[in-house]
Amino acid sequence: MRELTIAATIDALDAVNELVEAQLDETDCSMRARMQIGLAVEEIFVNIASYAYAPETGEATVQVGLTPDGSAVCITFIDQGVPYDPLAKEDPDVSLPLEKRPVGGLGILLVKNIMDDVRYEHTDGKNILTIVKKLAP
Amino acid sequence: MTLHPKKEGTKMTIEVEGRIDTKTAPELDAFIKNSLDGIELLVFDFAETVYISSAGLRILLIAEKIMSKQGQMKLIHVSKDLMEIFDITGTSTILTIQ
Repeated sequence: MRELTIAATIDALDAVNELVEAQLDETDCSMRARMQIGLAVEEIFVNIASYAYAPETGEATVQVGLTPDGSAVCITFIDQGVPYDPLAKEDPDVSLPLEKRPVGGLGILLVKNIMDDVRYEHTDGKNILTIVKKLAP
Repeated sequence: MTLHPKKEGTKMTIEVEGRIDTKTAPELDAFIKNSLDGIELLVFDFAETVYISSAGLRILLIAEKIMSKQGQMKLIHVSKDLMEIFDITGTSTILTIQ
């Protein structure tokens, strides 16, 4: 398993992506899955960077590993910011016309749809969000 | 991300090369806000676009809002992988994708 603890800022996204890419390089992950995993990582990390500690700053830990049978990649995001369960929010109504659509909420909707599993827990003052993506279609 | 805009009269085609993500979306946002005066047809050519996140989708929705008042907007050469993102977020029902 790979792990990185870094300032929760948008600038740190590159380092987080590199960590995940390094893990995916050891698998025969498809380009489509790579793009989807990258997308989920961006949406989640940017959320943490934007809201977890605002207006202060803080750190986030990202862990990347494979499931024991090697069939899926698991990525866990840990921060000690305000408790926030992104899964608790209702999905935005994507059938609404443009003028009535909310601006936010599309990111987590994407994450839920393109990952095979998304889990949230709040333990010891930490937000722990885990995403799982199967490597074979 | 690199933008390759081409203006022919009231038509503007923007070829977007690379990734539209949290870091690059502000550049596209600024370009759109400064370049659409007098444009009646805006075409995004996504042939060389490999990635879009919700930050990029938001900018496309802003562009659509602007263009719906002064003309029209469409997206061309959208890959299957990107189309899936547009479908999941419901943006494919708002944007004109060819």
